Amino acid sequence: MTRSVFLLAVLVAAAGLPSIAPAQDATEKALEVYRQMLRDDPWSNPGNLDVDRGEQLWKTPRGPKNVSLERCDLGKGPGKVEGAFAELPRYFADADRVMDVETRILWCMVSLQGFSHAELVAKPHPGGGQPVKELGAIATYVAHQSSGMKFAAPLAHPKEKEAAALGEALFVRRSGPFDFACATCHADQGRRIRLQPLPFLSQPAEARKVVGEWPGYRVSTSHVMTLQHRLYDCFWQMRMPQLELGSEASVALVSYLVRQAAGGDVAAPGLKR
Amino acid sequence: MRALTFALALAALAAAAAPAGAQQAPAADPAKVQAVVKAAFPKAPADWQARLEQDATMRECTAHGNNPPKAASEAIRKREAAAIEYPPDGKFLGDWQKGEALAQSGYGLRFTDTSTSRPNGGNCYACHKLTRTELSYGTIGPSLGNYGKIRDFGAEDAKAVYEKIYNSHAAFPCSLMPRFGANKILTIEQIKDLVALLMSPESPVNKE
Repeated sequence: MTRSVFLLAVLVAAAGLPSIAPAQDATEKALEVYRQMLRDDPWSNPGNLDVDRGEQLWKTPRGPKNVSLERCDLGKGPGKVEGAFAELPRYFADADRVMDVETRILWCMVSLQGFSHAELVAKPHPGGGQPVKELGAIATYVAHQSSGMKFAAPLAHPKEKEAAALGEALFVRRSGPFDFACATCHADQGRRIRLQPLPFLSQPAEARKVVGEWPGYRVSTSHVMTLQHRLYDCFWQMRMPQLELGSEASVALVSYLVRQAAGGDVAAPGLKR
Repeated sequence: MRALTFALALAALAAAAAPAGAQQAPAADPAKVQAVVKAAFPKAPADWQARLEQDATMRECTAHGNNPPKAASEAIRKREAAAIEYPPDGKFLGDWQKGEALAQSGYGLRFTDTSTSRPNGGNCYACHKLTRTELSYGTIGPSLGNYGKIRDFGAEDAKAVYEKIYNSHAAFPCSLMPRFGANKILTIEQIKDLVALLMSPESPVNKE
């Protein structure tokens, strides 16, 4: 009798554990086979074309000042790309703010190369079928140079702590005519919109699996989509206005997501639906 | 041995009960949150500025993680119930076929939705199962299959479902569902069409 009560308690507890995944549907299983094939042959991911394109853009003298980005400091010293992405977002003293990879590249393109900030953020994301913009291709290259490393964004500076807390507050903040927050769709296990499974982003175990795939090649729009673009698209669907690339809110959300994913692997460019 | 089993069971229970993604970060200052939201959408036109603000219900639901304590919950329910406008003709059932089309459509109120002739949709299938033959349904909300049949097609239930669609918080404070009537997403006539989709005996929702 006592033993069966104990057994029941363990079973009840196990049923509530988030590690027990819900049954995957056939579409997800087929996608997983596709992803495994890509892992076996990483060169089959079209996103790698933008890794190469981004590398050329990084190394080529460009802009009104005709210099390359090789003096751009991504946090590990000027020109040091390898491993930099895994430690972003972070606080940059020269800009006196926390920046994610895209915001930092934007800052370098403006301050080092002399590009116009207003022009770079006017239409920063590609339409369906169009290639990722230059800034996004550079971000894809930079992210790829941390592939296989673990997310380890620093959280020592007060502004880094503030960004992560701000991101969490924005994640749950309801607004707009539909009263939506990020948490409306991404704060529960095994939910889906129509047939599309929704990642449970407030749960570290699931965040570690998906956050590292951005920037990722998106099959449905046949281009690389960056994380800033992904957030912009979420706000569009939430009936909010156009999220500004590099805005403090966008960086805060990236900080929150990366913090949730701490310890997970960078796997950029990933492959998304 | 028995003590160990007991300890394991307790540990498993504790792990299951721990809130997912519990964070130790200090909470952000609400004034700062509002300021960064204001700054995040510089391209928003004047008539979209209101979308950056929260009304009392959004603010309270956000603050309570959508799980308000009893007094707050009752205050939200009361306030939102008072915001419901009823059909002038007193009828709650419209046309279920129009309702099905509305349930399929996710059009409206996005910054790319610029048509002046295309109506907003309810996008019910994004979150709910309704008609059995539509396999592409989401699972954020409960299944609504046989909704009217289960309720014996009661007149009071038709009124109640009208109220739930018009203003979900009047029935379930801090519901995740949009306030379709109160926030002017759908018209009274459109909401009646959705009520018919759920409550009409002829609707495919009730023929499972």
